Amino acid sequence: MSAVRIVADTGRCIGAGQCVLTAADLFDQDENGIVELLTDGVVSGDDVARVREAEHLCPAAALTVAPDTDGTTGPPGQQGA
Amino acid sequence: MSHPSAVGLTNGTEPLPDFPQLRQCPYQPPPGYRELRENQGPVVRARLYDGRPTWVVLGHAQARELLIDPRLSSDWSRPDFPSPSPRRKAIQKATILVGMDPPEHSAYRRRLISAFSVRRTRELSVSIQRRADELVEAMLEKGPPADILGGLALPLSSHTICRILGVPYEDHDYFEEQSALLVSPQVTEDDATQALMNLRTYLTTLVDRKEKEAEPGDGLLDTLVSEDLADGSLSRDDVIRLGIILLMAGHETTASMITLSTFTLLQNPAQLAVFRADPGKAALAVEELLRYLSIGDVAMRIAAADITVGDVTIREGDSVMLSTSEINRDPAAFEDADVLDLERGARHHLGFGYGVHQCIGQNLARAEMESALTTLFTRIPGLRLAVPAEQVEIKPAQSGVQGIYELPVAW
Repeated sequence: MSAVRIVADTGRCIGAGQCVLTAADLFDQDENGIVELLTDGVVSGDDVARVREAEHLCPAAALTVAPDTDGTTGPPGQQGA
Repeated sequence: MSHPSAVGLTNGTEPLPDFPQLRQCPYQPPPGYRELRENQGPVVRARLYDGRPTWVVLGHAQARELLIDPRLSSDWSRPDFPSPSPRRKAIQKATILVGMDPPEHSAYRRRLISAFSVRRTRELSVSIQRRADELVEAMLEKGPPADILGGLALPLSSHTICRILGVPYEDHDYFEEQSALLVSPQVTEDDATQALMNLRTYLTTLVDRKEKEAEPGDGLLDTLVSEDLADGSLSRDDVIRLGIILLMAGHETTASMITLSTFTLLQNPAQLAVFRADPGKAALAVEELLRYLSIGDVAMRIAAADITVGDVTIREGDSVMLSTSEINRDPAAFEDADVLDLERGARHHLGFGYGVHQCIGQNLARAEMESALTTLFTRIPGLRLAVPAEQVEIKPAQSGVQGIYELPVAW
């Protein structure tokens, strides 16, 4: 499975913690309870299914998972095409 | 399934089904909802107690789509905001947070979420487990029969709210007693109102006390007093009302889930065996119970603009109600949806709602259910109902929270 890029919109986050319950190695909550990415935002392999689940479960639609534009890893938080 | 497209609600007198309807079994949705979904589709018309027509959402995908749509408003201060019952209407007048839209809602919610984070919940789960142990121990010492609601579920949820808010330990008994009066079937409406006033008075005094403390404690009220009240970003009344809404939202709901889960597992011996076989899977089981029981069955909204969902057009000003229990039995979202399957993996259920109002205490509720149910069924292997199942009395449809009045058990 090809790599995907996660974008977390901290402005939309409501701190439900569903992403942390889905993948505690990829997501955390900061001291204000707001989502934090524990990676550079690019994941591949088995992690793809887990971030897609987190995207689906987020009640605030604060996570977006998009195909990573062929291995060019820029700073996280930029929407891929 | 095709049905004619529908546009807006008329205030006519054509016969429409009632909403909400009564559960015939404590852990099954009202049968009428199923007929509506199968005959008319995932979004149907019904009529509220006051004669007002309403849309009722019964489909999982449609509920997700609508609950995240900013055009669907939760603002209870709108004079035409719909209500499913007279009692809910009374509560709607005196609240904060729940009946608000962003950005006002977001400003309040953001002050609370760190107290309900996954990490903070894990810290609290130690004390939740300890309290569950104490309560089950007390049941064993006293001997059968026991009432799960009064003996375990209510005191555990009250204890947890005390911990999260930062109610001093020496006040727990008073707090638990008054909280229980709010939802006890044996008390009159006046007694419940009095209990709410007592809790409000207590919280007011507590906020005063916390203002005078040199070192804030680790409760949410401590944080709100030492930070938000101190810098003027929240008023004293805001802090007290946040305490009240968290109490009201977290007390009866969790207690009802623990009680109804116990009843449901006792009625499903094969699934109870699954639950007992592997305590490591308790989290998975709790998720399925949340889906299956869906006790917060009525979500209320009003359309702030025209919204099209499937082939239905909801008009601005229309009432929109959502039945969580039927949504969580939608075959498009859950295979064999009417089957209790503790190992299915039901995390996409909408038992805690969806969108910006999704239950803020959901992770605490999960921790309380896990502790209560694993402790109960591990410590009391021979647990059984002390009365015939059909004698277990169901709360009326107009209640904000589905559930049963008591659950007598023996062993």
